[in-house]
Amino acid sequence: MTIKSMRDALNEALHHEFERDPRVFLIGEDVGGFEKDGQPVEIGGVFGVSKGLYRKYGRKRVIDTPISEAAIIGAASGAALCGMRPIAEIMFADLTAVCFDQIVNQIAKFRYMFGGQCACPVVIRMTTGGGRNAGAQHSQTFYPIFTSFPGLKIAVPSNAYDAKGLLISAIRDEDPVLFFEPKVLYTEKCEVPDEAYAIPFGEAAMPREGEDVTLVAFGQSVNWAVQAADELRKTRGIRCDVIDPRTPSPLDEETILESVAATGRLVVIDESPPRCGLTADIAALVADKGFRDLKAPIKTVTAPHTPVPQARELERAYLPNPRRIIAAVEEVLA
Amino acid sequence: MDHDDLLGAYRRLRLLREFEERTRVEFQTGQIAGFTHLYAGMEAIAVGVCEHLTDEDRIISTHRGHGHCLAKGCDPAAMMLELWGSTDGLCRGKGGTMHIADFSRGMLGANAVVGAGAPIAVGAALASAMTGGTWVAVSFVGDGGTNIGSVYEAMNLAVVLQLPKIFVIEDNGWGEMTPIANATGNRDLAARAAAMGMPAVAVDGVDFFAVHAAAGEAIARARRGGGPSTLVASAPRFYGHHEGDPQLYRSREEIADLRRREDCLPRFIERVTTEGSLTAAELAAVDADIVRIMDDAVAKAKAGPRPVPGDVFDHVYARYR
Repeated sequence: MTIKSMRDALNEALHHEFERDPRVFLIGEDVGGFEKDGQPVEIGGVFGVSKGLYRKYGRKRVIDTPISEAAIIGAASGAALCGMRPIAEIMFADLTAVCFDQIVNQIAKFRYMFGGQCACPVVIRMTTGGGRNAGAQHSQTFYPIFTSFPGLKIAVPSNAYDAKGLLISAIRDEDPVLFFEPKVLYTEKCEVPDEAYAIPFGEAAMPREGEDVTLVAFGQSVNWAVQAADELRKTRGIRCDVIDPRTPSPLDEETILESVAATGRLVVIDESPPRCGLTADIAALVADKGFRDLKAPIKTVTAPHTPVPQARELERAYLPNPRRIIAAVEEVLA
Repeated sequence: MDHDDLLGAYRRLRLLREFEERTRVEFQTGQIAGFTHLYAGMEAIAVGVCEHLTDEDRIISTHRGHGHCLAKGCDPAAMMLELWGSTDGLCRGKGGTMHIADFSRGMLGANAVVGAGAPIAVGAALASAMTGGTWVAVSFVGDGGTNIGSVYEAMNLAVVLQLPKIFVIEDNGWGEMTPIANATGNRDLAARAAAMGMPAVAVDGVDFFAVHAAAGEAIARARRGGGPSTLVASAPRFYGHHEGDPQLYRSREEIADLRRREDCLPRFIERVTTEGSLTAAELAAVDADIVRIMDDAVAKAKAGPRPVPGDVFDHVYARYR
């Protein structure tokens, strides 16, 4: 057990699975490297997540592609239909818009529309979310929209430990998984075992426990929720359950409903815009199945209904933060 | 091609034609739900290509997919059951006409999104290359589909990785209801593919033997590691874009003329009987057999077991929770 960044934890997961299963390969832009004057030049991914793979496994299993997202996803899914275990990398979740058909009409549907005669065990890794001042087209989350599609599984880790275990599960899964890596968390560190381990999908984590208010958060919002919960506990003696579903699909409904049954108060936090998103989804779930447990109206903390702005001041204003979460908790306790 | 090969090719050409003629009748009488797109007129392309393929070779078809399925060896009764939405259909009634697949035959699905099969078939070819296989992957696309970007993304990636992949472009001159002149800047579709960096040839898609020869060359090249190719084959679409298309964009005379001059079946028959490689009696025996096969397929489809509402939940995931 050592302290590792999310980048290194993800990298370890890739190395474990490449070693374990020769059918696993990685395909995407700048994921591998090339030969120059007979010497390997490694790229290892724009964010360094795939470092070392090209040197160890070569171009046969670490395939750099043209900037052609539809071809990347098609190549991965076609190989998966023929028995391989591809991991496709899309550099930014925003760019799935370029290959949306290949994901939602193709990969998500194969098993169903072909009557169960095939599997498409593909993992699509991508960076997600704001916080790097990357502007409107490189900062969106996109995991809410994909969560709405049956046939896909969605994972959004909030820390290095979960990232490694969830990615290993994703690669071993028989179903297609969209794996969202919050780009601001690549350098965030926590204790991560050296060996391979799998975290099952559909099981929420609860980084904080408390009986007063339930906080449900996704991705990097989990960290803000934890900071808010710690602050509330320290300064006000308010105790919060902080629930990180980890996989929006499949969703661990039980953990959320059980927590709300105990606390009677719910705040849902996500950095995506408010409409048709995970915050509205969780609020609707609790309104539908846990309404009688509620002692106060549900509050959500989200980004506004605007594109992600670039300037530091504006992005700071756009993203949720612990202060806004604390204010929401105060409202549901009022 | 020897005698048995020729007879087999004729059998499949006739099967493809009769399947579509029969589907049309059943569709028009309300037996089949949904949208259906008929392949009649273009049979020599699917058969000319797929005669070179084994079950290990993979193909991906289009929304106009019945012909490719049959040419690849899908069972006509199981296909008809699928059109009817029966649980005994190839996709248990979950797919229907635009999503017929039979993985045991290397048929990775008809695909209702124009051009979408090309990148997926590149992935199948990648799997062959990665596992040291000698099998190839073929995607079919229409001339209309050559105007969608993902087809060129797929072509470029196949060239960059030198994959065993054949792009078959079926040029029927229509993109749904829009003529190719109004949709395609460069009418030379082979030149467009060649510009991506691979061998590309254009043949008369009404001539089975021309398609068969050109496809054989491209497939053999792919099998021996020579990389991807494109084959453009032009042939008419005898019916509308979909069944129910009133075809206000072309006259009945034009269609009758196409049937008279550009029908791959009489063309095939004339050649094999003139050469003396097949007799009229042999061909007639095949015709009778195909009628019987189609009668049987439709009878099975009509009597096929129906899904129950609970079936809607099956096959979404291997395992969700």
